[in-house]
Amino acid sequence: MDRRFPFKVLEHIFSFLDVNEDRNSVSMVCKSWFETERRTRKRVFVGNCYAVSPLKVARRFPKMRSLTLKGKPHFADYNLVPDGWGGYAWPWIEAMAARRPLLEEIRLKRMVVTDECLEKIAASFRDFKSLVLTSCEGFSTDGIAAVASTCRKLRDLELRECIVDDLGGDWLTYFPETSTSLASLDFSCLDSEVKLSDLERLLSRSPNLKSLKLNRSVTLDVLASLLRRAPQLVELGTGSFSDELDPEEISKLTKALSELKQLKSLSGLWDLLPEYIPVLYSVCPRLTSLNLSYATVQMPDLIDLLSRCSKLQKLWVMDLIEDKGLKTVALCCKELRELRVFPSGADLDETDVTLTEQGLVSVSEGCQKLESVLYFCVQFTNAALVSIAKNRPNFRCFRLCVMEPFAPDYRTQQPLDEGFKAIVERCKDLRRLSVSGLLTDKAFEYIGVHAKKLRMLSIAFAGDSDLMLHHLLSGCERLKKLEIRDCPFGDTALLENAAKLETMRSLWMSSCFVSFGACKQLSQKMPRLNVEVIDEHPPKTRPDSSPVERIYIYRTVAGPRQDTPEFVWTIHKNPEVGVSRLSIR
Amino acid sequence: MSDKNKTSDDALNFKATELRLGLPGSESPERVDQRFLTLKNLCPVSGAKRVFSNAINGSNKWVFSPGSTTDVNSGSVPVKDHKPGVSVKEKKSSAAAPASKAQVVGWPPIRSFRKNTMASSQSQKQGGNTNPETEEKAKSGPETCLYVKVSMEGAPYLRKIDLKTYKSYVELSSALEKMFSCFTIGPFGSHRRCGRDGLNESRLTNLLSGSVYVVTYEDKDSDWMLVGDVPWEMFICSCKKLRIMKSS
Repeated sequence: MDRRFPFKVLEHIFSFLDVNEDRNSVSMVCKSWFETERRTRKRVFVGNCYAVSPLKVARRFPKMRSLTLKGKPHFADYNLVPDGWGGYAWPWIEAMAARRPLLEEIRLKRMVVTDECLEKIAASFRDFKSLVLTSCEGFSTDGIAAVASTCRKLRDLELRECIVDDLGGDWLTYFPETSTSLASLDFSCLDSEVKLSDLERLLSRSPNLKSLKLNRSVTLDVLASLLRRAPQLVELGTGSFSDELDPEEISKLTKALSELKQLKSLSGLWDLLPEYIPVLYSVCPRLTSLNLSYATVQMPDLIDLLSRCSKLQKLWVMDLIEDKGLKTVALCCKELRELRVFPSGADLDETDVTLTEQGLVSVSEGCQKLESVLYFCVQFTNAALVSIAKNRPNFRCFRLCVMEPFAPDYRTQQPLDEGFKAIVERCKDLRRLSVSGLLTDKAFEYIGVHAKKLRMLSIAFAGDSDLMLHHLLSGCERLKKLEIRDCPFGDTALLENAAKLETMRSLWMSSCFVSFGACKQLSQKMPRLNVEVIDEHPPKTRPDSSPVERIYIYRTVAGPRQDTPEFVWTIHKNPEVGVSRLSIR
Repeated sequence: MSDKNKTSDDALNFKATELRLGLPGSESPERVDQRFLTLKNLCPVSGAKRVFSNAINGSNKWVFSPGSTTDVNSGSVPVKDHKPGVSVKEKKSSAAAPASKAQVVGWPPIRSFRKNTMASSQSQKQGGNTNPETEEKAKSGPETCLYVKVSMEGAPYLRKIDLKTYKSYVELSSALEKMFSCFTIGPFGSHRRCGRDGLNESRLTNLLSGSVYVVTYEDKDSDWMLVGDVPWEMFICSCKKLRIMKSS
């Protein structure tokens, strides 16, 4: 008896699945579910662009409308991955242009995107709506101009912290006069000035524009005029906030800001001067997201601002907020879900910036909904970590960066093992963790035992031996991404837990003690992993016992990649001759 | 990313400070975590504030300052003894100037974008003295370098080179070969150039497929010309873009 649902029914049911993890699970049930699911998936996410070939992805999902790709490993953000490593968008763009011309959205993170890529996008996808590039590089404002001018239905153009070859502000003039579809524009990472009149005209004809993030070159004196043309904004990233304004200009700006009745998110605020803080008062009560991480304003001026932000859910700020400021946040921002405190590098001789562990403790006490933290601090204590864990068992993301490597608990001189133990024991839903400070193997034993839902773990300058890695790889069942630098362990744990690596997206280790021989062994043992040894200055001969600088291991069904630079060694290359042996497919 | 620490290869320059057994130049037979140890010994706890602020203010690199001179426990390996805290106990009296500084790439983990933004923020505050790091990060001025894009037919990405770093067509050609060799190299390794004079620097031959590549450039008038026709100096003044094409 055939009990299968008709395709149409299944298709309808699957249309309610919008989380890709669910779709992945569903597609593994049986062949017909796989087929149904693949024909209905519209939003495709590929977490590692080398894990699968573009062609396979294009073929598998005929209804694809949105593609998200990630390229370089996360530690590339901190200059640990040499230039030219890889992560090229071109093969993907080319493949999609040929097979999926109805693609509407492309989101890339940490990839190399060239002007050719952008031109190809503009030329190939007639309904193209949305381009979001995060931490990408390799393109110039010419490429952006191509997208702006050709994509008639362009809705989102967002360049988030990209490195762009900025050839001038002309690109803005390439939006056709007839285009009115723009909903989101983010050019905050560009350096050069755009012409005010061009920007004003664009805003005037974009009634759907909800999100606008200006770059730093947009000066404060023109902000009011821009805002008057976009009163419907929900997200605003200002330009520089430190230029001199006369009283009349200040009052115009205050009024223009108060007219933004729908504004929920505010960022930019470069070099915010204390005297301009009152200008922002009118928007504070509505704000759910505030990014002050480029605002160099200090205490006590920050209190005036923060005490008015009772609806705040997301706050990014510098350590200039100090413990005092965080106490205010704990009192006033009861809706807070995410907090990031970045180091300002303030000259600590002149100013007395006191941000300690106490700041985070206060916030963890006062903000019941807090679930995500990134906190840079010079030193910490176990007691503070234990309090934080007790107060906030609902953490999903806990990233603590004790900036002094190997710093123990400064009161007891003990390692921070017990503190992190409390975190992983109590925070049962923890998905992401970054540890720092002085840590022994014990800390990682605790993590292995307790952090059962952990997906991503970042470690630096920690541990004593191979045991550390062994605890993690054998204990953390859901671990998907592990990145480690400057930890003293090597081969044994890696080889013993090789099978685990196929269940993870990737493992990064740099400045550890993995030997070249172990890399070779691992490569031979695990053909479905790409094991990349990245040594910018490899020795002329490589004995098996020599340690490697960096190793990046990831699972893949695409086989060895063809675009590795010289400094990346894989088993498929013959190291003596220095030549790529192309694999026979 | 262009703000890469140029000394990243020396960033963890432990070899120089490493304690080794055996003859100089030979690999140390035991893998004691000397690197790790050295790092530990270089690093004080208090004074951390100062260390960090110096780092962020002055440059984009984070710098360690070793603390007191007497605290170097090179004999005992605190790591292995599991003696927590011993290794990093600093002497509060460590007022001595740092003997040496080890630079650590990518620590603390702050994105380049943020570092550069903060660096230029501070330089503005210092009355507009431009910070050399931000200069490096900013667009290259025409007087100091001459970046042109180099694309190759069939290659998935393009590169940028500074024409000012080459003095002749020969140098340029060998640089291009190196850069794009992964597309022309077959299993037999290097490719040969035809043996004539100057012009042939613009040809790259792929032994296996037999196809010959020529290097062309776009000049000031947006015409595409063959590289090698004009004197080098004239070439670098008029070249806007380079393209390596298959000659068929």
